[in-house]
Amino acid sequence: MQREPVVNDFAIRVATQNGSGSQSSNTVLLRALFQMGIPVSGKNLFPSNIAGLPTWYTIRLSRRGYVARKREVDLLVAMNPATVAEDVAALRPGAAVLYDAPLRPAAPPPGLVAYALPFDQLAAAACPEARLRKLVKNMCYVGALASLLGIELEEVERAVGRQFAEKARARELNLAAARAGFEGARAGLVKEDPFRVERMDGNRGKLLVDGNTAGAAGSLFGGVTVLAWYPITPSSSLAEALIGYLAEHRRAKDGKATYAVVQAEDELAAAGAVLGAGWAGARAMTATSGPGVSLMSEFAGLGYYAEIPAVIWDVQRAGPSTGLPTRTAQGDLLSTAFLSHGDTRQVLLLPGTAEECFELGWRAFDVAEALQTPVFVLSDLDLGMNVWTASPFAYPDGPIRRGKVLAKEDLDRLGGFARYGDVDGDGVGWRTLPGTPHPAAAYFTRGTGHDDRSAYSEDPGTFERNLARLSRKLDRARELLPAPLVEGAGAEVGIVACGSSHHAVVEARDQLREERGLETDYLRVRAWPFAGAVRDFVAAHRRVYVVDQNRDGQLAALLKLDLPEALVPRLRGAAHLDGLPLDARTVTELVLAQEDAP
Amino acid sequence: MSAQDQNRIGLTVLDYRGGKSTLCAGCGHNAISERIVEAMYELGIEPERVAKLSGIGCSSKSPAYFMSRSHAFNALHGRMPSVATGAVLANRRLLALGVSGDGDTASIGIGQFVHLVRRNLPVIYVVEDNGVYGLTKGQFSATADAGAKLRTGAVNPLPPIDLCALAIQLGASYVGRSFSGDKRQLAALLKGAVAHRGTAVLDVISPCVTFNDHAGSTKSYAWMKDHEQPLQELGFVPAYEDIAVEYAPGTALEVTLHDGSRLTLQKLEEEYDPRDRVRALARLAAPPRAGEVLTGLFFVDPAAPTLVDALELVDAPLATLPEEAVRPPPEALRKIVDELR
Ligand SMILES: Cc1ncc(C[n+]2csc(CCOP(=O)(O)OP(=O)(O)O)c2C)c(N)n1
Ligand code: SF4
Repeated sequence: MQREPVVNDFAIRVATQNGSGSQSSNTVLLRALFQMGIPVSGKNLFPSNIAGLPTWYTIRLSRRGYVARKREVDLLVAMNPATVAEDVAALRPGAAVLYDAPLRPAAPPPGLVAYALPFDQLAAAACPEARLRKLVKNMCYVGALASLLGIELEEVERAVGRQFAEKARARELNLAAARAGFEGARAGLVKEDPFRVERMDGNRGKLLVDGNTAGAAGSLFGGVTVLAWYPITPSSSLAEALIGYLAEHRRAKDGKATYAVVQAEDELAAAGAVLGAGWAGARAMTATSGPGVSLMSEFAGLGYYAEIPAVIWDVQRAGPSTGLPTRTAQGDLLSTAFLSHGDTRQVLLLPGTAEECFELGWRAFDVAEALQTPVFVLSDLDLGMNVWTASPFAYPDGPIRRGKVLAKEDLDRLGGFARYGDVDGDGVGWRTLPGTPHPAAAYFTRGTGHDDRSAYSEDPGTFERNLARLSRKLDRARELLPAPLVEGAGAEVGIVACGSSHHAVVEARDQLREERGLETDYLRVRAWPFAGAVRDFVAAHRRVYVVDQNRDGQLAALLKLDLPEALVPRLRGAAHLDGLPLDARTVTELVLAQEDAP
Repeated sequence: MSAQDQNRIGLTVLDYRGGKSTLCAGCGHNAISERIVEAMYELGIEPERVAKLSGIGCSSKSPAYFMSRSHAFNALHGRMPSVATGAVLANRRLLALGVSGDGDTASIGIGQFVHLVRRNLPVIYVVEDNGVYGLTKGQFSATADAGAKLRTGAVNPLPPIDLCALAIQLGASYVGRSFSGDKRQLAALLKGAVAHRGTAVLDVISPCVTFNDHAGSTKSYAWMKDHEQPLQELGFVPAYEDIAVEYAPGTALEVTLHDGSRLTLQKLEEEYDPRDRVRALARLAAPPRAGEVLTGLFFVDPAAPTLVDALELVDAPLATLPEEAVRPPPEALRKIVDELR
């Protein structure tokens, strides 16, 4: 029975094992589709393990350009004996499954379209060397899918060529395997499922990039000079990509490095090096995840109180403790916003797209130096490690802004200065960099109580005034930080979200409109402390759903702290966390459950 | 010197002074501050070029009490090494002077200390070692000797960590021990440390008069006066002074440091050669003779590559490189973007 064709609008899930080389096959598959102009996104679901455990890769094709995870799987490629039963059981009637032949159950569940191919035999024919066969077996399913779905074989070949650009032998073998899969499917399978692809023009000018690579590129153009880091998933690839970019783009004419990278002994040391470097005038950064951020807590307070610029990326993962180290969440919003002891408030930047990882990547340094305070860029695993279609990055729109720094000439003119004096009324004092050759340049940086000139002080009034100034400084910062983005035209219901939730919200708004006639306006915050526009948005809507990727509604909690009391009752929680990237259906259901409640 | 005497860059000793010390009168740390002031003054170091870094503790407060024309960073307990690492990488022209305590370095900060040393970061790292936590009122630190007594009578059951042996083993390129009361030796060691490029660790026994200066303490003034056992008589000849030094053959050694200055070592222990890492470690590992506290320059390797060398940094400070040097041009972005298409 042939159903209505479903073109460029379905999700493929490939179930394999960690370490089986499926990453190359999946990248080739994703890229071939991308090259055909079909909007795609790829999400890797992998365990905290190096080899042998189950992993899944989901490719979503969406004519309309949706890139959030889709909850339902339409087409399963079952390569992993350990999970095949579960994977198939999760499919809905009407879905299709392509088995590695030995995995095929005697009686596939009713309502499924089932295909089986002997991938071992196909790989054997493509690869005479027995010991390499295991590595190319996965490429066979790429070819088979090309045949089943109509993916152009030339695009598969181009993608293979690119994937193995520097390895001729691997290229050859993988091409042969893809062709063997293609031929095997053409000869052995009769198409019964409705899923097809067609070339379209959805990706003109676009890139395929993960958020961590984008953040690394952004940091490069932010003029980072010191990177101190300690490995942790899902942030390591940001540091590693940056190291690659620095090596290529940041050598002086004499071949020497205009940057320093230290792989620190732990996150405490990474944070210390970043603060030491920021104090001495470098644009310094680190990248970590929740567990690393918690180790940086004491330094975060010092950075806040001693007013030292620093950029700290937190690519969030699902906690608490080591939690689900390879799953995604937005669970560090609250703990980072107030990171450290006593009265601290930290600046958060909240990129939601790969483009923003780039943009906030360089802007973070300008912000940190303008405010002389640590800036935390909160990304997450979904945004950071998964692959997104993105527009080409825009070169920074202005020169590097170093903030308030006094040079020798300024001191010659001024005679001296008060490091923590609020001369401009914006809460930000002027600083000098160590090494400035002027007798009045030096000041004493400390975390202990200090007066305007940074002299030790336990005077109650002085301490109070200093804390008040710091608070003023961050309040003034609201309008200096990346502004929230607002969409919609005067609906009654509003949605507020941040970071990678964006993609699910965009799609959920369409679902709410198309399925239920519910119009929504949408505000995406991109920084904390929140801009005044956030308050205005809540004031302008009767009900505001706050989308959160954590259990307790951390974004909602931050909003509640910020809003006038009268507006707080308008907020409604839409929090969800299971470690998987947020999908639109979940948001839609969370909203409707409350809209429909009596 | 008198207070008006100018050094070779035209500064007086007052230009090297700091704020009034709030440490206890008689605290060894104050004497160390004085030696630092003298050494920097006598060497004619520009105070603005010095970055003073410290952790937390009485000792770590002391940068406030010397060289107020130098930038300072009083960091966190045990975390000065990482802050120093960042600062030196940001500006390799700074003369970094770290001041720490034995609690700060040998307990909470031992991890950071070990890694600073392993990287041979160019820094003078002074441990003001009194065997106790002064600022928290007199608990044993990890450098307290086994059997040493607190004022309360509590006896330390554990062996000490020898920071010098640790530093030598892990890659520090200038390692010595001294006593805050031994003016000549400490001055020479400090000057040598300034002239050295690499990690210079100086473990300076610095009695805590309030909590650890009684009978039964092995870090008291009295104990040190009786038990200090110098390895050599140290002299320092700055690069700008061309003085020939005369010794009886076989009893002396001269080490030329990074900036051309020379350390002269009149051997008191015939066999000792501070350029030999293995012998230095062996000497420190040997059981102390009659409770001796060995002092002197234990190890020096003026040619050891530093972290700054390993990273092949440009000569100018990273902190103040112009935009052209740190923000690649639009072509670079185009190339990166093309690679992602
Ligand atoms: C994280 C942290 N833990 C504990 C303390 C409390 N504290 C302050 S000073 C100090 C000990 C300092 O001892 P030492 O380094 O030997 O210096 P001294 O005071 O003896 O010169 C301690 C434990 C602190 N400031 N920070
Ligand atoms: S308590 Fe001890 S270490 Fe602290 S200042 Fe007094 S004498 Fe020095």
